[in-house]
Amino acid sequence: MPDIHALENLTTQARRDILRMVHKVNSGHPGGSLGCTEFFVALYFEVMENNPDFQMDGTNEDLFFLSNGHISPIFYSVLARRGYFPVEELNTFRLIDSRLQGHPTTHEGLPGIRIASGSLGQGLSVSIGAALSKKLNKDSKTVYTLMGDGELQEGQNWEAIMYAAAKGVDNLIATVDLNGQQIDGSTDTVLHMGSIADKFKAFGWQVLSLKEGNDLGRIIETLQEAKGLLGNGKPIVFLMETIMGHGVDFMMHTHAWHGKAPNDEQLATALAQNPETLGDY
Amino acid sequence: MKQYTNQGSNDTRSGFGDGLTELGRTNPKVVALCADLIGSLKMQTFIDENPDRFFQVGIAEANMMGIAAGLTIGGKIPFTGTFANFSTGRVYDQIRQSIAYSGKNVKICASHAGVTLGEDGATHQILEDIGLMKMLPGMTVINPCDYNQTKAATIAIADYEGPVYLRFGRPKVANFTTPEMGFEIGKGILLNPGTDVTIVATGHLVWEALLAAEALEKDNISAEVINIHTIKPLDKDLLLTSIAKTGCVVTAEEHNYLGGMGESIAGLLAVHSPTPIEFVATMDTFGESGTPEQLMEKYGLNAAAIAAKAKKVIHRKK
Repeated sequence: MPDIHALENLTTQARRDILRMVHKVNSGHPGGSLGCTEFFVALYFEVMENNPDFQMDGTNEDLFFLSNGHISPIFYSVLARRGYFPVEELNTFRLIDSRLQGHPTTHEGLPGIRIASGSLGQGLSVSIGAALSKKLNKDSKTVYTLMGDGELQEGQNWEAIMYAAAKGVDNLIATVDLNGQQIDGSTDTVLHMGSIADKFKAFGWQVLSLKEGNDLGRIIETLQEAKGLLGNGKPIVFLMETIMGHGVDFMMHTHAWHGKAPNDEQLATALAQNPETLGDY
Repeated sequence: MKQYTNQGSNDTRSGFGDGLTELGRTNPKVVALCADLIGSLKMQTFIDENPDRFFQVGIAEANMMGIAAGLTIGGKIPFTGTFANFSTGRVYDQIRQSIAYSGKNVKICASHAGVTLGEDGATHQILEDIGLMKMLPGMTVINPCDYNQTKAATIAIADYEGPVYLRFGRPKVANFTTPEMGFEIGKGILLNPGTDVTIVATGHLVWEALLAAEALEKDNISAEVINIHTIKPLDKDLLLTSIAKTGCVVTAEEHNYLGGMGESIAGLLAVHSPTPIEFVATMDTFGESGTPEQLMEKYGLNAAAIAAKAKKVIHRKK
């Protein structure tokens, strides 16, 4: 059984990391990062079998690819807290000469990153390639990926969704962050996509849905359920409804904090709602 | 004039296909992907011999580039196959982010480059691909000249770690290079020594450059002919040494002069040793339908055009 209390302490600390990182450089994407905090903590501290002693090839370990690279703050926080690199390095987020670029990259050699992402719609294809590589290598571990819902408007995703089903890529668990928001407003107003679950089903995927995408215990349960569906000839998608900005009351239920940092006063308010648990970097 | 023998005309894409077949037998890390053009890319033998190492992605080039990037994680060496147009312009951002910026060991193998694709016309005849690819940091760009060299290049790039763009074509052209010439990425080949003008050619224009040198010899002009198969990184030493001797240069390629090999050489000379230069290339235009021979003639991409530019550039020498 997962130690939910310990994991909740991690999510609170990760939220502090996100807020402090974007505040320091007055840039970055707190909204989606906060909404996916529970998912990242669940994945890296409970669900995946991963090795913080980083090797690019990731042989015999689970792999994760972030497609919506703009939520780099939560990715960096969780990688650092998991031991991929020193937590002090979070201080360098988006600064000149940093390994923590605005969007994740392999170019600066940051441990834990296996592909550059930021230009949207490319992560699922890369994840499929890594999953095929595992099959060729007779490596039984799993490939995980996270995409945004707005990101599904990119056509390449649908090429990848078609391919994964047609070719039976069944060692892959893709998660879609359904927060219903994108830069110009709600996904329904920007470009209504209809039922994403029905679309994945129509393409031949196994679909798991969760309304409580900020509930650690439920996320872990759903991902464990997804693992039980591996290896039966069909790819798996986890449609996870989250609240953008979750954990900071004034950042929730709006797209306003997609790519905006809090000012000093807002930071103090936000941090007060997320008291220090494991020590700030 | 050094003599070269056409050992039997063949298409460069068959050189790619046969090189891939050999890699299939010798290098278990090599995998191949194709976007619905197996026959055009001559990949069938590799597929027959290595069905588990081949991925048919359908008409979905963006997805193919992403899958190729992912396959490198775990140690595979992916070779993607489609036409040059769909290998570059259609998927530029996928190559840029998932392959070049991410430093992935993907070999982008592009057939039907340039106007010699022929009758299908300008929608399929890319003349901008060398420029697109050479601008990407870390990308190696190779445009071999005949069947033998394309086969050698295909085999060589598997042993090189890093992203590569390998460009070849559709029509049967003279096959004249020999194993003794060798193939080393980034190392040009001096095909004929000369003193009056340097002709630097890549791809299908290399044979034309040799024919041009023969014609020039009859007019008592001594042309040095260099085959630059690797446009990036450029063999600066070979080029600067030759051009210091001859004092002028003609570049020849089946590509737009903007962004092509000639532009790279002009840039090199501008910095190191400003020298008269003329370009045999397309002049900022799209192609059109026609036979390869008709198109090479119409767009000034043949031996006669090279010889004329050689005479012109010699006159420009001080």
